Amino acid sequence: MAERRRYYMGIACFVMGLASVGLGLLREEHLTVLKKAAAICLECIGIG
Amino acid sequence: MKNKKLTKKTANKRPKQGIRLWVQILFAALTNGYVNGFIQSKIYTGPTKALCVPGLNCYSCPGALGACPIGSLQAVIGSRNYQFSFYIIGFLMAVGALIGRVVCGFLCPFGLVQDLLHRIPVPKIKKLPGEKYLRYLKYVILVVFVLLLPMFAVNIIGQGDPWFCKWICPSGTLLGGIPLVAGNPDLQAAVGWLFDWKVFLLVSVVVLSMFVYRPFCKFLCPLGAVYGVFNPISLYHLRLDEEKCVDCGICKKTCKMGIDPRKTPNSPECIRCGDCVRACPTEALTKSFGIGKKAAAASCTGSCASCAGSCAGNSAPKEGHKN
Repeated sequence: MAERRRYYMGIACFVMGLASVGLGLLREEHLTVLKKAAAICLECIGIG
Repeated sequence: MKNKKLTKKTANKRPKQGIRLWVQILFAALTNGYVNGFIQSKIYTGPTKALCVPGLNCYSCPGALGACPIGSLQAVIGSRNYQFSFYIIGFLMAVGALIGRVVCGFLCPFGLVQDLLHRIPVPKIKKLPGEKYLRYLKYVILVVFVLLLPMFAVNIIGQGDPWFCKWICPSGTLLGGIPLVAGNPDLQAAVGWLFDWKVFLLVSVVVLSMFVYRPFCKFLCPLGAVYGVFNPISLYHLRLDEEKCVDCGICKKTCKMGIDPRKTPNSPECIRCGDCVRACPTEALTKSFGIGKKAAAASCTGSCASCAGSCAGNSAPKEGHKN
């Protein structure tokens, strides 16, 4: 029973995660990620 | 005789330890495959940078083809336009629910670095004093440095800093900072005390990694903290067959993350390296995906008899089946 509950919780989280990614794409959050990741992040490399 | 054959056959099916190292190397090479970046000390700027990689892989690494989820999360919630990131939180949820901390064991380049450092033959420390409490530090770092500070400590135009990347992340220093600064005179001129602080942190983690297994993953990594939360419910998980377990404790002795798989096979600390599964002499510990075989057997209605039909009469139906 516990095994089944764990399984369904895993499935539910996975589906919610995918739905959330979809929502993020609609909000164009990936463009903010691209903008940040496509330039040298001075904070990340310790310049400030 | 038949039992001996079966045991040998099953043992052959167990993945060997070396496979994990090769998966780690291959994945790190694939996700950091922009060779030009290393040669010219610049970073890749193509569209794949909008996609996250599962591990702690700095997007300012010259070879990085994707984005670090922790850096991206801070970038989105620290921007003026968003207070919450469905894109990154959803990505972490999906990966976590699917495989949990398999990411730490197999797909994180900084995990690979620590694994290699721990192979250096120096005396090993199994447990640090106060380790039980130190393990909670990564959750504090996740909440304070990754979520709260980038969200609320904003400047005059409403932008927050990536606090974890700026003040803590040794992966960024190793994979991004050092290669870029080494080949770029402009960056060399801009280096100051913050860079010194980050190099100090990196050196501390590097030295500690030789003596203690994966100190960054155990005590500091916010990404490990997120995936660890999903470990108990992730579709990929460990199963302990209590009927087969003889309580010898070899799994506990083998585990370098300090877990007792007999008590918590799906502990948030488990990085799914599989050492305990390989060490178990009775095969009581198994890796499983989705719903375990035992749970499936427990749900048998006893009426379909398909298992008896498919075994061509050579064997009795599986234990748990009623027909």
